[in-house]
Amino acid sequence: MSSLHLEFDVAGNNFVSAGSASNEVKLTLKKLGVEPAIIRKVAVAMYEGEINMVIHAGGGKAIVDIFGDKIDIELKDSGPGIADISLAMKEGYSTATDTIREQGFGAGMGLPNMKRYTDEFEIESTVGVGTTVRLAVYF
Amino acid sequence: MKITELIKILDAKVISMPQQDIEISGGYCGDLLSFVMGRAPEKCAWFTIMNNANVAAVAALADIGVVVLCENVQPDGHLLKAVKNKEIALIVTALPIFEAARKI
Ligand SMILES: Nc1ncnc2c1ncn2[C@@H]1O[C@H](COP(=O)(O)OP(=O)(O)OP(=O)(O)O)[C@@H](O)[C@H]1O
Ligand SMILES: [Mg+2]
Repeated sequence: MSSLHLEFDVAGNNFVSAGSASNEVKLTLKKLGVEPAIIRKVAVAMYEGEINMVIHAGGGKAIVDIFGDKIDIELKDSGPGIADISLAMKEGYSTATDTIREQGFGAGMGLPNMKRYTDEFEIESTVGVGTTVRLAVYF
Repeated sequence: MKITELIKILDAKVISMPQQDIEISGGYCGDLLSFVMGRAPEKCAWFTIMNNANVAAVAALADIGVVVLCENVQPDGHLLKAVKNKEIALIVTALPIFEAARKI
């Protein structure tokens, strides 16, 4: 089965372009005829990761591979990293500033949503180096 | 309930309406975007007072049926552009969120 490889640069601190990578992936999956309920899970999970790079990491890269039976998404940034991943994964935990909260973010629900909406979820982070999140959803 | 019926009940102003008048399946109230993405059912009416471009991104990605801006909150320029681009239904009502939602 041939696969489709997509790469996106995600700009930091830009709320107007934020979500465009996830939107493009959503449109691609729609064209490929993937079930709408699955597309929705992929779109939300990827957007949460994309917006985390926008807000918390000054931007990053999204690398997407679509196969016949699944999609792999890697979200990679060179931001400040996360010191305590299990704390960051808790519902309600957020370090978002007031400015970010005014944008509608900072509920501390992004990482938990990503885990819930995907079949595979992996997060790796080193303080001062960056964060990589890997997601997979089976069709 | 169809979007057009909701517009009537809420005495709402239509900002953006895609061609299809879809059937709305329930509603969700909230302004924190990750709660909306985690909890709002697809094709629902989303009642909010959040009016920036992120609302369009969330509505598109989470398959929201119609965004209902309450308390006469007007969409900012970026949101206005984004809902037209992405063909997202967006309406504005003078009602507070609670009053608007209970009419569904
Ligand atoms: N890519 C990242 N780089 C650095 N820190 C991150 C990154 N992603 C998440 N974090 C940290 O983990 C915390 C929790 O992330 P999560 O996405 O769950 O919530 P949030 O982004 O703060 O709010 P929400 O996603 O609900 O809008 C963040 O507040 C931040 O401290
Ligand atoms: Mg987040």
